[in-house]
Parts: sequence; C-alpha cells; structure tokens
Amino acid sequence: MTDAALEPVVAAKPQAPLRRVVSDFCENRLAVFGLVLVVLSIFVAVFAPLISPQNPFDIANLDLLDAKAPPGSVSGDGKITYWLGTDGQARDMMSAIFYGMRLSLFVGFVSVLAALAIGVVVGLVAAYAGGRTDAFLMRIVDIMLSFPAILVALILLSVLGKGIDKVLIALILVQWAYFARAARGAALVERNKEYVEAATCLALPPWRIVFRHMLPNCMPSLIVIATITLARAIALEATLSFLGVGVPVTQPSLGMLISNGFEFLLSGSYWISFFPGVALAIAIVGINLAGDHLRDVLNPRNLR
Amino acid sequence: MTVGLSVRNLRTHFFTKEGVAKAVDGVDFDVAPGEILGLVGESGSGKTVTGFSILGLIDPPGRIVEGSSIRFNGEELTAAKPERLRAIRGAEIAMIFQDPMMTLNPVLRVDTQMIETVQAHVRVSDAEARDRARKALVQVGIPSPDERLRAYPHQFSGGMRQRVAIAIALLHKPKLIVADEPTTALDVTIQGQILFEAQRLCRDSGTAMIWVTHDLAVVAGLADRIAVMYAGRIVELGRTADVIERPMHPYTKGLIGSVPSQNTRGHRLAQIPGMTPSLLKLPEGCAFKARCPIAVDRCNEMPALEEHRPGHWARCWRASV
Amino acid sequence: MIVYIVRRLMQAALVMVVMSILVFVGIYLIGDPVLMMISPDASELEREAVRKALHLDLPMWQQYLLFVNDALHGNFGKSFLAGQPAMGLIFERFPATLELAFMSLVISLALGLPMGVYAGLRPHAPGSKAIMTGSILGFSLPNFWVGLMLIMVFAVMLPDLIPGWPRLPASGRGATVDVLGVKLSFLTLDGLRHLLLPAITLSLYKGALIVRLARATAREVLPMDYVKFARAKGLSERRIVGVHVLKNIMIPIATVSGLEFGQTVAFAVVTETVFSWPGVGKLLIDSILLLDRPVVVAYLVIIVFFFVVLNLVVDLLYSVLDPRVRLESRAT
Repeated sequence: MTDAALEPVVAAKPQAPLRRVVSDFCENRLAVFGLVLVVLSIFVAVFAPLISPQNPFDIANLDLLDAKAPPGSVSGDGKITYWLGTDGQARDMMSAIFYGMRLSLFVGFVSVLAALAIGVVVGLVAAYAGGRTDAFLMRIVDIMLSFPAILVALILLSVLGKGIDKVLIALILVQWAYFARAARGAALVERNKEYVEAATCLALPPWRIVFRHMLPNCMPSLIVIATITLARAIALEATLSFLGVGVPVTQPSLGMLISNGFEFLLSGSYWISFFPGVALAIAIVGINLAGDHLRDVLNPRNLR
Repeated sequence: MTVGLSVRNLRTHFFTKEGVAKAVDGVDFDVAPGEILGLVGESGSGKTVTGFSILGLIDPPGRIVEGSSIRFNGEELTAAKPERLRAIRGAEIAMIFQDPMMTLNPVLRVDTQMIETVQAHVRVSDAEARDRARKALVQVGIPSPDERLRAYPHQFSGGMRQRVAIAIALLHKPKLIVADEPTTALDVTIQGQILFEAQRLCRDSGTAMIWVTHDLAVVAGLADRIAVMYAGRIVELGRTADVIERPMHPYTKGLIGSVPSQNTRGHRLAQIPGMTPSLLKLPEGCAFKARCPIAVDRCNEMPALEEHRPGHWARCWRASV
Repeated sequence: MIVYIVRRLMQAALVMVVMSILVFVGIYLIGDPVLMMISPDASELEREAVRKALHLDLPMWQQYLLFVNDALHGNFGKSFLAGQPAMGLIFERFPATLELAFMSLVISLALGLPMGVYAGLRPHAPGSKAIMTGSILGFSLPNFWVGLMLIMVFAVMLPDLIPGWPRLPASGRGATVDVLGVKLSFLTLDGLRHLLLPAITLSLYKGALIVRLARATAREVLPMDYVKFARAKGLSERRIVGVHVLKNIMIPIATVSGLEFGQTVAFAVVTETVFSWPGVGKLLIDSILLLDRPVVVAYLVIIVFFFVVLNLVVDLLYSVLDPRVRLESRAT
C-alpha cells in the first residue's frame, strides 16, 4: 500500500514526558502487576528486621525440636506461628525469606548500579573518542559478551572464594559489558546530533559534553537495559548460591535457601525450597513484567 | 455487461484511529474483454487501492464498504467466498506489482515461486509445472530460461525481474491483468520494452488489462481507454484519444499540461498548484476545487460523472465540451 | 571463503591463548593444591615429593609452558580426585551433556516455533497474549528453580496425589545404548523418561527466546510485498505461511539457536546439578567445589574450543540458509 495520503499527520503530544511515560505504562495491566510485585519485594527487603517474626540468624532463637515443621504449625513454646514452616535448622521460613530477599535484592541492585556506572563510562568514552580507542574497548566488550555469564562467574568465584563481596565483583564483571555496549550504541546515535556539534563549537570540555549533554539522552534505553539486567543479576546470584559458590552459608540469599531445601524436596518437606522459590520468582518475574512494558513505553521512537 | 469487468460504486474505506480514510469513494468503470484501461492518478488518488480491491486484497483496517459491486464475467466478487477469490487470483485475474524486488520472495528460487503458482490452481506434476514456467519465461523474452529458473530474484536485473512477474501473471492465461505501476521502478529504456511486450501479449492472448500509473504519458500510447482518478473518485473517463486531445476536466488538463514534450520546449512547465487533500478530511463537494483554476461556488456541490460527449465522461460542472 | 575460515581460526587461536593464560593464572592462585591431595599432618618431605610430581616447584612461566605443551597433546594431567586423566573424564561425560542440550534444542524449537509464529499471525488473540506472557516467564525464571518445580510437581506431588500418574525420575540418566562407541540414552524408553524433565527445564529459556523472535519476525514479514504478491497469485494461506513466511523466519531463528546452543551447554551446568545428570557440567561444579584443577582447566579449554567451532558452524549455516549472503561471499 503506497498511497501516501493514508499516513495521517499526528499532532505532537504536548504532555510532559514523564507523565506520559507513567500514563502509557499504566495502560498495561500486566506491567502494573509486575510493578506491584517489585514494590512488594522491595518493601519486604527493606523492612525485613521489622516485619520478621524472628531473626533466623540468631541461634539463640532456634529450637531444634521445631525443625522441618510444616507451614502453619506453631513453635514449641507457643510464641510464633511458622506460617511458612521451618527448615532443617528450625529457622522460620518466612523470616528467612524476608532476610534472604533483602540480600538477593541488595546484591542485585548494587551490582547493577556498579556495572551500569562502569559500563556507561566505558561506552560513552568509546563512542566519543572513536577510532582505535573505540575499536579496542569494543573488542574487549565483545569477548566478554561472547562467554556465557554463568561460566565466567563460576570460574571467577572458584578463584576468589565465597563471600558477598566476591559475588558482587563477579556479578559486576559479568554485567558491565552489556551496559558498555548499550551506552556506546545510544551515544553513537547522539553523537551525530546537532547539539553535540553545537556544544563542541562552544568549546565545552569533552567530559562535560559527554556527561551533561549526551548521557541524559541515552538514559531511556539504559534504564530499560538496567531493568532487564537487574532481573538477570538476581537470577544469576541465586543460581550461583544454589550451586554453592555464591554467598556464604551464614548469610543465605534466596538461592542459598532453595539450595538448603533441595535435599528435603523428595522426602516431602517441600516448603523449605518451595517458598523461597516463590519469593524469588515474584521478584524476578515482577521486574521482567514491568521492564518489558517499560521498554515499549520508553522506546525513543515513541518519546519524540 | 456479463463479460469482462464491471465496477459500480466501489467504495473502499480505511477505518483508522485517526478517522476514516476514504481511499476509494464511488468508482464506476467497465473493462471489456481484451481491452486495456489506463487508470491514472497521483499518489493518494486511490488508483492502487482500486486495483487491490478488485482482487480482494485489502487488509484491515481497510475494507470494501457495502453497496460496492465488482462483477467479473457475471460473478459478483464482493460476495464471493474466500476460497473462490483465492481460486480466481492468479488464474482468472492476475496482478503485477510495482517493485519486483519486493514482490518476489528473496529467499526462494524463481522456479519455486513459479511452480507453486501453477500448482495452486491445477493439479500437475512438478515436471509439468516446471515446463509451463519455462514456456512462460520464453514468452516474455527471457533468454536461457532453464538457468534462470534455478536462480534467485536478486540475481536478475530490474527489467528481467519484472518480466518474470509478467510471466507469472500469464501462467494461467488470465482474462484480466491488473498491473500496478509496473514500470515505475524501471529505467526509461526498459520501461519502453516492457510496455511494448505487455501490449503485444495482451493483443495476442485477448487478455484485458488495467494499467495503473501516475504517468499519463505511459498509458497514452498503450491504453484503449483512460480513467483519471482524483481523491478517490474518477473525474474523467473516455477513449485515449479523446482524453488526451480533448480533455474535459481541469485536472486532466493540468496533468497533460505538466508533461514535458516537444510542444512545451522553451516554455515553463505548467504545474497544478497545491496538494492532494488528506483522505481523512475531504472537502465538501468537488475535491479538486481548491486547486482548480476555474472553480466557482457551484463546486461546493459534488458533481456527478456525466457523459458530456459520447463515450467520454467527466465529473465537473464546467467540463469543457 | 577459505580466507574467511582461516581468519576466523586465527582469531579463535588467539582467544584460546588469552583464555589459557587467564585460566592458568587464575586457577593456580587458589590455595595450595598440594594440601588437597594429602593429609594436613604429612611430613614436609611428602609435601615436597608431591610438589615436585605436580611441577609446582618450577617458576610460573615454566609451569605455564609445560601446561601448554601438555594441553596441545591433550594431556591436562590427572584429576586429583578420580586419578584418571582429566581429558578422558571430560570426553567420557561430554556425550551426556550434548544429548541433554540437543534434546532441549529440539523441544524448544518444536514448541517455540509454532507458538511464536501463531502469536505473530494473530497478535490479538487471547492465546497469543498468553504465549507472550508465558515467554516472559520462560526467560526470567531461573533454570534451577524451574527444575525444582518440575521435580516437585512431576516426581513428587502428582504421583502422590493422583493414583496411577507416572512418576518421572528426578535424577540420573537412563539406560544407554552404545552407538559407535558413544553411549546415548535417548534411544531407550527408560533413557527418555530420565531425559524428559531435565531437557524441558533446559529448553525453557531458549524456547522463550525463540517464541519472541519468531513472533517479531513473523510480524515483520507478514506486511511485506512478497506476501501480498503470493496472495495475489492465489496461493493458499497454508503455503504462504508454511513456505514463504517460515523460510524467512528460519534465518534469524537458526542463527540464534546456534549461538544460544553454546549458552545452553553452559547452562546445562545448573540443570545437571539439579537432576544429578552425569554430564560435563556436573563434573565442572564438583571439580570447582573440590578444587580439582586439572579437570576445571580441561573443561575450560574444551568449552572455548567448542564455542569457537560453534560460531564458525553458525556462520556457515547462515550462508546456506540465506542465499543472498552465500552468493555475495562467493563473488568476493
């Protein structure tokens, strides 16, 4: 169909961009549902110490006689109801899940923010500098991206050992390349635009051009990538902890909790693995549902 | 008439979020067997949509509105079942598109695309279908047809590809071919060749043709009759000689005047001022009045297509007779 | 074409060298392998003996060269724990992993492709929306979680709750059949039963990607002129979708499937752990946890090699499927 007259002229939307983004976003019920899940997870994580019936990592609280209690049962001294049951060490599952969510989200957010910072700097520098610097940096990025994240993380952690800080390092290393590539891509598009030329003519220093002018315009696509990466980071940390190379046993994340419950799965005490699993799924799926729609809403073509 | 194509009050509208685009709004014409009709108009005139409507190839949000009639050899196409339409397409009515690079599937070989056309309508063996394809290629003047059959579309030049498209259209010896700007994407020299071939083939096989184009000069030497379209309606319809030499509608006159020729050498080319109106917001009355040099108050009322001279219709209150 | 292949191989060799250095340096920094081998209260003499046997007394660069020399001969030393050559161990377990990966590839294509095409053809049907939501779940849920859920449902709950419901095995590999010296389990019924849950688990991520890709490509292809032309020729919808549209979809799908296959083999690590599948992935995890360096090193080298070969194959496959690429490269 080549009849050009069928292309109607659409008036430019006059609403403020942010409000329009929010209203477009809310049109999709699934995305809103995802957002609700995310908020729920964050709430739980932040207020874990306040809302947990018990501090599951204080051994004094634990009564081994209560171990492997099914959901809904009451503790031996009648003080707590184990809504979600207890695990092999008599830890209240609900509390363990709250604390675990806290750790999982913490590791996820921090690693993504750090990877974002590093990746964006590298990407923007590469885009702005161009030439050999660009080629060199991007070659490194390509090599990093061609390896499966899980293998790189596994090897790294096998060298570095266990520990939250080490997990963070591994996650950051695995993720920065995505942001570098995305930032470079977005920056290349921006670089050719007139405002960069104008700023250069005004003899503004390069770092100012890059960070004060180009960066804000790259933000939409970076936000989208950050959202998706966040979900992957949480999933990756959970996987690593499940495999036993992630966080230490003393500070279990959701992945570690699931791992702990694995052995009980076939013998019937499913709740030890199941509920942490559900919590993990809620966080990840929520982020992805919201993030998927966020991508459509923030699509540069829709914004202009 | 019971033979040939008979279109009455064809209206194809597109129901979009921004409004209803009346791409074709009340078109009437006939095409007799063996006749070549030139359908001329600029972009947005509705000529392409008319062609697609005949074949029932309008995709949502567009559709042929009730009250339209397309009769082909006595059969009402707007009421035909999808399966019947499918059987007609490619066999009794064939179509040639504008850009053969886009219309031939780039990842399939030419023989595949021709054999499937044959086998979609008759049950023959692969070998028989291939043979027919080969003969069709020879008919349109493509050398070494066997080699060409095994090639991919991008290995052909533009002119060759369009010949292949014509060959495909001729595979089942259709009674009517709708050619949608088939030479627009080609070099001028090749254009001439294709025009000549097309005319010859039609004369030889008695196939009727609707040649859709924006270029009046192209159909001047080719068509038996010309229909000029503007903003979804036919504004002039008649034998080629009549329309070219004694145009009645101001738009047709404008079109003819804007074609460079020996007569206009040295003179400034006449232009029709203004632009086609948006199909979403057609004005009341004659759609051309904003650009018409002889528009008057009466033009706020839509003129009907009148036969001001025998065999020559125009839609204008002030048609020059 | 030959030039292209040679260039790719050289690139690959470079990557392997860099990898080997990184791996070597990294692995040999974890603690003292000697302490893994012998009891802590062994005498200093015994430690020295072991150290000499493992060449740990030589300077780093010499150790590296020995390592490379050995590697080129396929000798990665003996596994600390199993005693047999590391390379041999890997080769022994590789078929199991490949089998799992292939099966999951088949499942993800067999299910993902039709669903994606359907969602592309009828984007507003309720089924399509469900498929797209499902695909989001498919690639967001962690591999091991899915595996656990499947075990819970199909190996524990359903058989417990519904009498007569078959209990699917939750671990291990089924009976194998020897084909050309390689043990394959999908040729036996028992083998298939054991393959089913792990293969489904592993196929979910890639299946979701395929669904989304197929849908996006279908939506791109359907409005194209050649589809309209095919209709104008009077072809049936089945032929149009089944041949014209599908052939165009296959190109990106094949590319992605090929590239993702490497990822799948990597992710098999997790699935194998969950299902105790005796493949190379489980071997890797066990070796990492127990600091069995030769095995880890051997695995890494083989995996890198595998990736490189895979990328090359995918490139060649792409040129076969897309005639435009093939003919252009021949011209150059």
